[in-house]
Amino acid sequence: MKKLTSLAIAGLLLSASTSFAAGELHIYNWGNYTSPDLIKKFEKQYDVKVTLDTYDSNESMMAKVKAGGSGYDIVVPSDYAVDIMKKDGLLEATEPNKMENFKNMKPEMVNLYYDEGRHYTVPWQIGITSLSVDTGVYKGDIDTWAVIFNPPAELKGRINVLDDMVSVIHAAEHYKGFKLCTSDKAELKQINELLLAAKPAWRTFSYDGITLLQSKDVDASIIWDGAAYRARANRATLKFGFPKEGVEGFVDNVAVLKGAKNMENAKLFQNFIMDPENAAMISNFATYSNGITGSEKFLDKDLGASAELKRPADFKVQFSPPCSAEVIELYNKIWTNLRK
Amino acid sequence: MSELATLQDKEDTRRHRLLALPAILIMIALGLIPLMIVVVYSLMAPGEYGGVVPKFSLEAYVSLIFQRDMFDDTLTFSPAYLEIYLRTAIFGVVTTVLCVLVGFPTAYFMATRPADKRNIWVLLLTIPFWSNLLVRTIAVMFIIRDEGLINTILLDLGVIDHPITLLYTNFAILLGLVYSFLPFMVLPIYASLEKFDFRLAEAGFDLYANRFQVLTQIIIPLAKPGIVTGSILVFVPAFGAYVTPLLLGGGSHLMIGDLIALQFGSSRNWPLGSAFSIVLMVIVMLALLFQLRRSGQVKHG
Repeated sequence: MKKLTSLAIAGLLLSASTSFAAGELHIYNWGNYTSPDLIKKFEKQYDVKVTLDTYDSNESMMAKVKAGGSGYDIVVPSDYAVDIMKKDGLLEATEPNKMENFKNMKPEMVNLYYDEGRHYTVPWQIGITSLSVDTGVYKGDIDTWAVIFNPPAELKGRINVLDDMVSVIHAAEHYKGFKLCTSDKAELKQINELLLAAKPAWRTFSYDGITLLQSKDVDASIIWDGAAYRARANRATLKFGFPKEGVEGFVDNVAVLKGAKNMENAKLFQNFIMDPENAAMISNFATYSNGITGSEKFLDKDLGASAELKRPADFKVQFSPPCSAEVIELYNKIWTNLRK
Repeated sequence: MSELATLQDKEDTRRHRLLALPAILIMIALGLIPLMIVVVYSLMAPGEYGGVVPKFSLEAYVSLIFQRDMFDDTLTFSPAYLEIYLRTAIFGVVTTVLCVLVGFPTAYFMATRPADKRNIWVLLLTIPFWSNLLVRTIAVMFIIRDEGLINTILLDLGVIDHPITLLYTNFAILLGLVYSFLPFMVLPIYASLEKFDFRLAEAGFDLYANRFQVLTQIIIPLAKPGIVTGSILVFVPAFGAYVTPLLLGGGSHLMIGDLIALQFGSSRNWPLGSAFSIVLMVIVMLALLFQLRRSGQVKHG
């Protein structure tokens, strides 16, 4: 008991000694996504004490923010979640487009559907949902979704599929050449049949493609580019595919919550991460690309040269707004039936 | 004198009620109120991006069993969700049966050790509880996967030339569930066997009962309260298990837990998820009532 008390006192002292910084900033970001070096640099540069909490899905983050009183200044929603939060009036229009470092933002990042003209958010990391295959096991063409949806004999029973309804159905829609979020029942029927026919060849449904590939439990997986890069570190024969049918991209964005207590620090942070050197620090930790011109030369050598982040010139990446509730309901029927 | 005693009794009961007050308040605040919220949510319409809109709707319960036709809006019977409930329930029942089969001999062994040694066995049994369920489940994965301990040893010994598929099968799910919940079965059975007077078994033998008869007619009936408690303690969490089937089963087949999580995540249908939870709870409650009534009959009989 005595020990506990002294521990508690020590904890109090610690928290007291750190609150000497001039300001505070409370960040709520995805787990294992925030470079500690970046935070240290920001704290030093602006004399601000940063606290960091983490979440594991846009939905859980939004639920917490909607409930109110979360106390966070900054959240990092993905593209579609920015759209939803903006419509729900949860985000502050901080006008990043008027900030000093805005000139560094890549032009193709400025006018995405969820924040045209960048009035609210700054891109944190950008990735694509594609696939990775062990080229030692399968030597054919991997730049196609057929690897997953019409797999060759070598890969049957050795495939992991993301445990994510929307990502998988969107990939299938790309493979079939349909519009994303299609509400055409005949097309959805084809998607349903495609998935049912492919399922016996799939071994697992999991977000953790990295572990599954590294432990050789599977030889191919639907995976994000940054994750594929990390998986390859322990299995050199893995290769990242760029399906010619196109893929879905995602952008996670730094947004400031409406009425944030530390508004000025939050704006400073948005500006801070548009600096090329700082953007590179984020990428070096999270292993995804960022939306900032000039950050390339600050990237770790391995990451900068990695095949995962070097997309072919004519490669199609689509950013899709959230599907309507009716389409999601149809997706849910297909997905539940697939996995019952 | 007797009047005084009743007064004293009343005073005691009142004091006992007061003592229970904190527990009752916690139950109401953290149990009953959230439960009411779930019930209310299940009777509303889903919001566009998750959440609910305050509009009365029975749609969630209707879609448990029926599916609205994509074209003409007629209702047709759709067993997809029921199949998922059924498979989850089967896993729960099989896990419980396996736990009884493995747990009873274990508990019997422990209860028949000398009194001063028994606590060591209880301690050994509870050691796995010191680490987190997730950690233990991942440890099981390391042992049974394609390049895991079992397959590596068998391959090295030349017993097999291809790894046996153990992980991501129904076998793996059952193994994980039994491993996770076995102590919940052993401890209650041990508790009832420990109090068992083994002179009763000796008396049975004196009356020319064979070993099987002593087991089935004396020991098992007297251990029954332990078996019933153990079965409840195993079945309820096994039925709602989420992490174990997801990790060890590889997710090809949804369990009820996954299905509920899906509705609150990408399917954005909170009322349906709430309805699933309510139905799950009702099933568990019915199973409990059934078990309790059966064990009650034993006492009277």
